[in-house]
Parts: sequence; structure tokens; C-alpha cells
Amino acid sequence: MSNGYHIVVCGSLVPDPLQTLEPVTTPDGPGLKNESMLPSVLDPWAAHALYEAAHLAKSVPGSKVWLVSLGPKAKLQQLMMAVAQKASFEFVAVDGSASGFTDSFETAHALAKAIEAIAGLDRQRLLLFGGCSSASRDAGTTVGMVGALLGIEEQFLAVDEIVPNDDGSFRVKERIEGAQYLVSECAGTPAVLAWATGNLPEPPNNPQVGMANMRTILPALAKAEAAGNLRGSLRFESVETPTQRRETRVVKDAGIDEIAQELAEWIRG
Amino acid sequence: MAGMLILIPVEADGALSKASSELAAAAPSFDPEATFGLFGQGAAQAAKALPKSAKRVLVVDGEAWAHGAACNDAKACEALIRAAGADLVLAPQHSRTARCLPLAAVRLGGRIDTRVAGVVQEDGLKIRRWYYRQRMQATLSRAERPWILLLETGALSGQSETGYDGPTEAVAAEASSRTRAIGTEPAVAGEQTIKPDADLLFVAGAGWTKKQSDGSTHVPEAEDLIRGFLRATGASLGSSKSLVDQKGEGAVISFLSHMNQVGQTGSSPRHPKGLATCCHGEEPHVVGWRFINERRAVNLDPNCGWAHGKADVLYVADAFAVLRKLNEILGAR
Repeated sequence: MSNGYHIVVCGSLVPDPLQTLEPVTTPDGPGLKNESMLPSVLDPWAAHALYEAAHLAKSVPGSKVWLVSLGPKAKLQQLMMAVAQKASFEFVAVDGSASGFTDSFETAHALAKAIEAIAGLDRQRLLLFGGCSSASRDAGTTVGMVGALLGIEEQFLAVDEIVPNDDGSFRVKERIEGAQYLVSECAGTPAVLAWATGNLPEPPNNPQVGMANMRTILPALAKAEAAGNLRGSLRFESVETPTQRRETRVVKDAGIDEIAQELAEWIRG
Repeated sequence: MAGMLILIPVEADGALSKASSELAAAAPSFDPEATFGLFGQGAAQAAKALPKSAKRVLVVDGEAWAHGAACNDAKACEALIRAAGADLVLAPQHSRTARCLPLAAVRLGGRIDTRVAGVVQEDGLKIRRWYYRQRMQATLSRAERPWILLLETGALSGQSETGYDGPTEAVAAEASSRTRAIGTEPAVAGEQTIKPDADLLFVAGAGWTKKQSDGSTHVPEAEDLIRGFLRATGASLGSSKSLVDQKGEGAVISFLSHMNQVGQTGSSPRHPKGLATCCHGEEPHVVGWRFINERRAVNLDPNCGWAHGKADVLYVADAFAVLRKLNEILGAR
């Protein structure tokens, strides 16, 4: 790839997975109890996409990374305090609900609009990254629809690896059924890659990278446009948490032989 | 209901996947007039696996649809949906449908909902689906059409006799992808440890690679014990944390891949039984157990948050010792 990639990563905040979540009814539809107070993290799959994007940009000279996030501005600002230290990117913010109960198409529409407005983005060199799913809506459709709205037909879902070739083409591994990868060769950009976990660990915090990123983050938050209605025509009749709680039998004082025998009978039974 | 299409991808071997077969068999109970649409290489031949009672079968067949490049599949699905005049499309939750149908939905001006756990006809069409990784379930409807639904297994009930022997209508679709599928490869070299049809899920927690009571790690022994157990029982192997997270902490079980992970950023498998070993009570892992019926755990912590209220039995014991003995009883090699 002679001129480098323009990599746009779509990713937003989700409640910290360690939190207990409880649905409530709000005037706008379903939401989470104390939603605005819940600690947030960058969605785990989107985070993997961001780390892969940063790694790819480093290995292909001339590349650049943008992170496009849709969420409440105040929460995005908090989130960026942590995320900004992980990888170099230019931030693009869209002010709106990051709730799982929004519609993926409306979300995709808002993201596509924000991407179209990015100054200096060369759409012919574009790799659109995001998570293959999310820890909120868990639809796995948003990044694909953003790509479709931007007119990108080459799409890959649940990607764990991209290997660029010298001629601009690249090889992609996508997770499919039966613990297999589908290996494909794509002629080149533009393309959509919705990432699974990839192969890279979470990078350590780098305060210098964080300081550099903050130069674009604060202005981006200040000029973030409102996304408007993100629920579309969705009508929620009910939202419930499963209440079933099992009566756990705790076996404390049994010997190893006894436990193993009981387990063997259970497995065979 | 105006125009329902059951949209089914054909596997590389020309057969239908288990999820596709289940959906095809259940569809006539939901709408006897439903049209079936098959796409993939060998689709016309695969129509024989559809219900005998199918009224109309449309196919997009050809080499271009052999492996499932999203762009080509999306064009095939768009052509099938238009040909059927469908305003409701049911498809199995499958890597191929998940990849191409968001693209098709945008082109058709429709909407898509995935991981649908139930479809109900009650004052209009409603679906049930999980939110926040199986933590809460919502019942919802929407106005836009066509409405494309990717159904999890078990979302529709009903059985019908297969063996369709009627005509198939070929639907023309353009194949113009710049993507060439090279083929498939296993996610990890060596023995296959992920078996979706196994009766038992065995989950190896991060504890297997931590220091044991003698102050040392015993990763090679852990690997032998786990491998022996999997061979003896035919169980599927899951892990509690993503491999990338574990790599950051030191040693890992060598035959674990990303695909083994169960929970927040992994899978939510469906097995009749599950045995958790050395797992802790983190909520991100627990969400992956939602669809396991009988659950047992072996853990040194009697207050393990994962087990209490979520497992049927918690054995407070050293998993190394238990598995060693268990393998002996089961005759593991």
C-alpha cells in the first residue's frame, strides 16, 4: 500500500461489564437504572478494532486513524481520558444516546454522516473498522450498515487478522462456524472490517500519546453534532431480566474420589 | 402477512446447516404460504432438504456463491427478497447471513434485527431478543419493511416432512465482488476442541495457569489433564477469558484459541451440560452460560461468585486433583 490507509474506527461506550444492569422505563423508552452514573468502557470489540487499527497504521507508512464515537458528550469525554492513552487517533464525536435500545440503522446513519464530514478523509483508501458486535445491542449489524451507507461493498465480519500485500490487496481471516476461519483475498480498499478479538493485547497506557490525542478530542467534543432520534420506529413492549436463580449445592468436605465419581456419573448420565 | 421469505444459505458442501434445517422445518408451521430462497453453490440441489409442503422455492446458484463473499451474498439475498416480494424475511443466525444481510437491508430500504430468540404473532408481529449480552430480554416491534430477522436456533418451533421435489425458480443476481474466498482453515492447529454438538461444555478458567499450592505453575500438566478429559468425554472446550487477555498475564493453555472464549467477548454456546473449572465469578463470563442447562463447577473458593445461584453444584476442591481422578475413572488416554 503505497499511500497508506485511512482507517476509521467506529466504537462507543458500553457499561463496564462488571456492573449489574437493571432495565427501567424512561420517557424515551427502555433504559438502564442509573445509566448516566454507570462507569463506562470502550466496547470490548471496538477496542480490539482500535488496537488493530493503530497497529496496522504503524506498519503501513502514510496511514492515519480516526475514532468515531456516538455517545453522550460528557461520558465520551470521561471515556477518552482512558482510551486516548492506548493508541494514536484523531477523534470525531457524535452527541447522542449510546444505549443498547437504540436502532442499529439509525446509529449507522448518524455514524455514516459523521464519517462523510471528516476533512481530509480519502474514501478510496478507507478501511472502516468496528466491532463485530457490541456489549450493548449485540446486533453485529451497525458497522456493515455504515459501510453500506458509504457505498462500500467489500465487507468482512468477525475478523481476527488482516495481512496487507505490496500491491494494495490484503488477506483477511473471518471467524465462521465450527472454529474455522474463512480466508479471503480482497483487491484493496475501500473495505469494511468488523473485528472479533484480533490478535493483539491491550496496549499499555502511553501518556505522551494521550496528550497528543487530547488536542483533537476536546475540540471534537465541543463541535459534536447531535444525532437526533436514534430509536427509529422501534417499539418496546417489555424489557425484563431473567430472574431465575439456581439453588447451588455446595460440596465442601467430600474427598477427591467421591467428587470425581459423582461427576463421572453426571457426565455419563 | 404479506410475503414471507425463508432465506437460507447453502454450505460449501452443498448441504444445509443444522440451524438452517431447523428453520426450514419449522417455517411451514409459522406460515404455510412462505416462499423459500436458497443461495450458494448447489442451491438448486439443496432444495431437496426443504419441507415437502413448500409452495415456492427460489434459488441463486453458482460458483460465485460458493464461499460467501459478503458483497455477492448481499446481491443474491437482495434479488431473492425482491423476487419473493417479501416484507418479512426469516434467516438463520449464521456467519454468512450475519455478514451479508445488513448490506442487503440497507439496499432494500429495510431493517434488520439479529440474534432473535422468538417471533410472536400477537397484535402484529413482535420479536424477542436479548440485550446487553444476554442480561435482559426485550419484546419489540417496528414499522419498517422489509423486516429481516436472523433467528437463533429454537426461535421457531414446529416440524415438517422434508424432501421437496417440486420445481425451483432460478433468480438472477450479479456477482461482482473484488473479494476472492481462498478457503477455510482451522482457527488453531492440531486437535479440534470446539464441538457445538457435544453434550458437555468444559470451561477452563484462568486458574489452570496460575501458581498452585506448591508455589509453581503446572501448565503442561494442566494441558495433559484437560486434553485427556476432552478425549474421554468428547466435550467441547471453552475458556473464561480471551486468549489475548491471558497472553498479557503469562502462560496460556497452548490449544486454546480466541474461538474457545465463552462470555462477554466470546460465545454463548448451547450444550445440555457445562462443567466450569478454575473459573471466577466475573459477570462477563457468566453471560456466556445463559443457555447451558445443567451446570457444575469445581473451584477452591466456596464463595465463588460465579457458582452461587448460577451453578447447580459447586465442588470445593482442587481441579487438578479432581480431573486427575476423573480421567482415571473415565479411562482417559
